Amino acid sequence: MIPGSPLKALSIAPFHPASSLDFLPAEQLRQLQSHRLRQTVRRAYDRVALYRKRLDQRDLRPERICTVEDIALLPLTTKADLREAYPRGMFAATLGEIVRLQASGSVAGKPTVSAFTQHDLNMWTGVLVRALAAFGIRQGDVILNAFGYELFTGGLGFDYGSEALGATVIPVPAGQTDRQIQIMKDFGVSAICCTPSYFLHLIERAEERGVDLSTLPLRVGAFGAEPWTEAMRARIQQSAGIKAYDIYGVSEIIGPGVAAECHAQQGLHVFEDQFYPEIIDPETHQVLPDGQEGELVLTTLTKEAMPLLRFRTRDITALVPEPCPCGRTLRRIRRISRRSDDMFIVRGVNVFPSQIEAALLAVEGTLPHYQIVLTREKGLDEIEVQIEVTPNVFSDRISALENLQQTIARQIEHSLGLRVAVTLVEPHTIPRSEGKARRVIDRRGI
Amino acid sequence: MVTAPSGGFRVNPTALATQAGPPMKITQLSVFVENKPGRLALPCRLLAQAGINIVTLSLADTQQFGILRLIVRDWSRAKEVLERAGLAVNVTEVLAVEVADRPGGLAELLDVLEPAGVNVEYMYAFATRLGDKAVLVFRFDRPEEAIRALAERGMNVLDQVELFARMEKP
Repeated sequence: MIPGSPLKALSIAPFHPASSLDFLPAEQLRQLQSHRLRQTVRRAYDRVALYRKRLDQRDLRPERICTVEDIALLPLTTKADLREAYPRGMFAATLGEIVRLQASGSVAGKPTVSAFTQHDLNMWTGVLVRALAAFGIRQGDVILNAFGYELFTGGLGFDYGSEALGATVIPVPAGQTDRQIQIMKDFGVSAICCTPSYFLHLIERAEERGVDLSTLPLRVGAFGAEPWTEAMRARIQQSAGIKAYDIYGVSEIIGPGVAAECHAQQGLHVFEDQFYPEIIDPETHQVLPDGQEGELVLTTLTKEAMPLLRFRTRDITALVPEPCPCGRTLRRIRRISRRSDDMFIVRGVNVFPSQIEAALLAVEGTLPHYQIVLTREKGLDEIEVQIEVTPNVFSDRISALENLQQTIARQIEHSLGLRVAVTLVEPHTIPRSEGKARRVIDRRGI
Repeated sequence: MVTAPSGGFRVNPTALATQAGPPMKITQLSVFVENKPGRLALPCRLLAQAGINIVTLSLADTQQFGILRLIVRDWSRAKEVLERAGLAVNVTEVLAVEVADRPGGLAELLDVLEPAGVNVEYMYAFATRLGDKAVLVFRFDRPEEAIRALAERGMNVLDQVELFARMEKP
């Protein structure tokens, strides 16, 4: 048992009505999914040119899709498709029906857009309520939301979910650590939402200030937006005296709330009445059986503004075949450990090396040898881009080289929305490799 | 051309105008050096191994990197040696100017350049001197203007031949 206040003794919350959807009998769940899939395919076909074209190309009428068994007949959707469709190509609703638009990241100047109708926002709030309830959070809890709003949808999502749950949410974005610790003491914060690395930093900072988190009412943490290990979880639970749960999200699908752990902490239940999961082989695109590792593909079942059919997440995981001790019939995915592409996450923001390359190309006109080094200072990720000096950029003047550094840094910041450090290095100091170059050195010790 | 008592050649401004090419400029090599242990020693060692003597040098630095500026006799051979070892090398033209080696010597020279609108990008000194003269290396933003302004006031710009002849003298 976790020592501390009586509140801490309760590790399982009273049942929340919204969670009933987590326990639907398998047969009913399939019927619900099939019904929703038929509607989504119809909507996508009628309103999204890309899907109409692709289904027509395969001679596939929407009526042919009757149950979830038929889902593999549908074409896959990729991030590149979404970028190509910028700005409105994937919309299945009019602007008048869309109440929220968010754009994030940009590769070669093309961001990805997410759109929500009121129904979509309600649905999102709904899955977040179920996630928070699965973590044992309920009305009466005080939740510190440290996700922030630069994180695509993360901050707002937890605000909505917490409020709908009836809990008290205090949004304080990551970076104001001392203030957060003070608020935790002053308001009896019992739950926290942030990245796991940021929470570790918070623990250290609290220790420095003589505050032992395990003596505070804090008893639950909802952590996500980056991969983290069982070792990290053990450290968090031990040091802070809390239960640490993993929550998974995909910004193109909805944001956080695609899947969440339960009190068993043995995999994340996918809210598959809303997001239908498949695992495919990333090379052959074959659908793999439960238990086998591959790339996670998701289909939205009720989204109105931007329905997505078989969206490739690029995350590598497997569906767990056995039933969970908690009794939920929603299938679980194993914790995400890696991706099938070269994307990495910095301070919750998705970054592709190709974005850095595009910036270098724009400034220098050619692509120099470069390397990206990721480190973690005080719980926050830092990016350093090392660039080899080439004869055509090497100038005899210090000011010219410093200008070059600054111009490159500005260009990269402009396209990523993240502050980066740019270091000029001597020629031939960045290792060359045959085949796929190792562009990213991750020293964050995850 | 008139031979001045110091032993160098005094530049005749009219003669300068009719001359082909820039005889007055000295070729300097710049090498990009990371601010890490051993990186400065490397180019020096490479030149030593090739039997190339460094006539004079200067190091300009920032927190992360530095630019090592070198004047050697055989600059094209030196460039080849350094580039073969993978260093980034630039070739720049600078001017070597005689300055009276007494208080005010440099100030007088700069006073000549300022009204002519010439900017000094950087400068450094030769260790050598002859009599009461010191020699300074300058990188000007407008070298032709600088030569003209200096020559008009009778200040001595040394060409490469003269410069290296100076080095030989005890």
